[in-house]
Amino acid sequence: MSSTNDMTLNLKIWRQKGAGSEGKLVDYRVEHVSPDMSFLEMIDVLNEQLIRKGEDPIAFDHDCREGICGMCSMMIDGKAHGGFKNTTTCQVHMRLYKDGDTIVVEPWKATAFPIVKDLAVDRSGLDKIIIKGGYITANTGNAQDANSILIPKPIADEAMDAAACIGCGACVASCPNGSAMLFMGAKISQLALLPQGHPESSKRTLEMVHEHDTLGFGNCTTHAECEATCPKGISIEHIARMNREYLKAAFTYHEKSRSEGGA
Amino acid sequence: MSFNLDAKAPQGELKDKWEKHKFDMKLVNPANKRKFTVIVVGTGLAGGSAAATLAELGYNVLSFCIQDSARRAHSIAAQGGINGAKNYPNDGDSVKRLFYDTIKGGDYRSRESNVYRLAEVSKNIIDQMVSQGVPFAREYGGYLDNRSFGGSQVSRTFYARGQTGQQLLLGCYSGMMKMVSKGKIKMFNRREMMDLVTINGKARGIIVRNLITGELERYAADAVLLCTGGYGNVYFLSTNAMTSNASAAWRCYKRGAGFANPCFTQIHPTCIPVHGDYQSKLTLMSESLRNDGRVWVPKKQADARAPGDIPDDERDYYLERIYPSFGNLAPRDVSSRQAKYRYDEGKGVGPTKQAVYLDFRDAIKRDGVETIAGKYGNLFEMYERITGDNPYKTPMMIYPAVHYTMGGLWVDYNLQSTIPGLHVLGEANFSDHGANRLGASALMQGLADGYFVAPYTISNYLASTTLEKVTTEDPAFKDAEQAVTLQTARLLGIKGKRTVDDFHKILGHIMWEKVGMARNEAGLKEAIDKIRVLREEFWKDVNVPGDTGNFNLELNKAARVADFLELGELMALDALERKESCGGHFREEYQTPDGEAKRDDEHYAHAAVWEYTGSNSSPIRHKEELKFEYVQLATRSYK
Repeated sequence: MSSTNDMTLNLKIWRQKGAGSEGKLVDYRVEHVSPDMSFLEMIDVLNEQLIRKGEDPIAFDHDCREGICGMCSMMIDGKAHGGFKNTTTCQVHMRLYKDGDTIVVEPWKATAFPIVKDLAVDRSGLDKIIIKGGYITANTGNAQDANSILIPKPIADEAMDAAACIGCGACVASCPNGSAMLFMGAKISQLALLPQGHPESSKRTLEMVHEHDTLGFGNCTTHAECEATCPKGISIEHIARMNREYLKAAFTYHEKSRSEGGA
Repeated sequence: MSFNLDAKAPQGELKDKWEKHKFDMKLVNPANKRKFTVIVVGTGLAGGSAAATLAELGYNVLSFCIQDSARRAHSIAAQGGINGAKNYPNDGDSVKRLFYDTIKGGDYRSRESNVYRLAEVSKNIIDQMVSQGVPFAREYGGYLDNRSFGGSQVSRTFYARGQTGQQLLLGCYSGMMKMVSKGKIKMFNRREMMDLVTINGKARGIIVRNLITGELERYAADAVLLCTGGYGNVYFLSTNAMTSNASAAWRCYKRGAGFANPCFTQIHPTCIPVHGDYQSKLTLMSESLRNDGRVWVPKKQADARAPGDIPDDERDYYLERIYPSFGNLAPRDVSSRQAKYRYDEGKGVGPTKQAVYLDFRDAIKRDGVETIAGKYGNLFEMYERITGDNPYKTPMMIYPAVHYTMGGLWVDYNLQSTIPGLHVLGEANFSDHGANRLGASALMQGLADGYFVAPYTISNYLASTTLEKVTTEDPAFKDAEQAVTLQTARLLGIKGKRTVDDFHKILGHIMWEKVGMARNEAGLKEAIDKIRVLREEFWKDVNVPGDTGNFNLELNKAARVADFLELGELMALDALERKESCGGHFREEYQTPDGEAKRDDEHYAHAAVWEYTGSNSSPIRHKEELKFEYVQLATRSYK
């Protein structure tokens, strides 16, 4: 189905067999790109062509294709998710490009995100940070009535702004230091804003930050590239709240070991 | 022949069944729990909540997910909300009403005892999620806010903007990560279940493919929980995520698990319409939009005017006209069917004519842009990003799309399949939604199963079953792995001319046209014939590039499509055998004079449960008769 609006695009795509191998940019030409296609659908079309020619299709991560699972992860023309406001790669539509454009597509680049293949990277570091305390210890079955915890609307809204993080890693990929402070700050901030999160706030903050640094994510030097490329528009104010929580915890938090034996 | 379809619903009054059952079930003492290992496949709301809860109880949990993190399962994409019979708005809700709405919404094709329990635990779910820090929408006083969804006349839906699924899933995920930190959950990312291993008739393990290395891995356990979602992607285009697939459930079916009501699929009325052959998926626009949006088409056929130029008296607000008491909040099956009728009448709009309007003009006039933006801002943005149109200024164009599957593996009251030790949770089972699911009830069911039902029933299973010690060296593991290896080699060896997607698209087209919103005998027979031919062609002419032993996305896709090509046929066969219309299953031969579904309670008040009998013989159709003791079977009316 081709129409007069169709475009021809030149792509330069990063190909790399695996974590240990050398990678390089390879040129591809895609014809009959409809402006209504999504960016990933355009890659699908290219992959179908490659398969028909007997070549290895381009590996990339994707799943929901509606901007919420956080799986898709491409640097498009040097910008995470293409650099469009509040947009993930899967939500980029080809009407944003014009006939004859050359587009460079690369994987997330960060020390803490080793490449799996082509455009897919290993983001398990983000899970490891959450494992250190990105939760509220509320076991199933103990909860009190939901309305017994009153939370002012502005606080609930701000917590929701932070909780909107999809864990894609664009903040890390676009940070000159490869820092995951926006990702981590969003979680710490969400849980610090909500009363349910208060009891564990200090321990959480200290342990998550320590893990973040151990995993090879860099520090925040307030470039704010993360905020600019975050597809969910998460503000670096959450990093500031995390820093306050950290400072508070560093001065006040002491965990004493106690014997818990009894008769 | 061999199926025992005893639902094992406890005796006694409906409202006392679950309490009584919880007391009657056996417990495993705390010191013994650590001796048991449980496999949980899938990390959506059902799998995530089950894994976390079982680990909290002390079991060793092995958790598997297909994505690179447990936080990305497709529950994350649910937009609108989750039902809970809290009656916070004081508008007449109760456990009984949620139970009744769900039974009626499912067109009287679900099991009373299960549905009542679902409604009962719905209240605990809301409490549990708030305690975990899910930022539900609040009113200024700090109390939780509610909205309405289709098929009900009360406001019982809790929500977190248009991202309720995401927030609930991240709640489950955080609970899981807490138990990973304690060493009670072992997490296996980027793994796909390839087969179920049964030993002495019981589910004792799984074979998975490591999607990075391509290698097959074996895991043994005392029980297996399948939480792998629905099979909507058999239609190629659906609102499901790209990796959502039926393979895990299908392999269990082939190992002896009954597959119930495969033809019960939900076509959601409000999705962004199809726009081209290259399209890979469809995007849902939340049902919550129908709280304020009005659905209409021009009264005149092929009206080419812009929507804003069509005056009110030339518009047909058909849901309000036909269903005055539910209006735009008529249930999904009904609303989808009515949209299809408008298209059939030549009143569809947009470039393909396969669309109707969802208009916010009046709501914006009444409440102001800011209020509407506050409620639906992110959905409007999403719509504009995809279509290039601004819904604040021009009505949305929407059309039905495949969204959810009510059918799934048969389970009893304990959520156990026909294979002992294989429990099935969430969308993967058939249990609670009958022939049509109400909006905001999928999240509720996934969490009910995982948090509040399975943890009890699994303990009972482990405490009351003799479980021999097994290892992954058992011949059953070897045989299952061998079968997967052979299938993989076969797929890679064909090197034909057509891609996996070529076949999947053709299958999807057959399913949508013949096993979609309207079905009839001739069409279903035609679909079965065509699918058989297509399946043969697939195994002769598919081109799967590369090899095993690495990250091969096409190979993974090929194995899934091979299963879809079998499941599609069973769906058509099930639809053919169910000679009535109910919920999402609409047989054109069985309808009322005004085009509504006509049930046949005398002959079809049962769940059809299919038994696999081998690749060269037809499956056997068994029945679980549904008994209605508390709800009177009635014609489902939303007028």
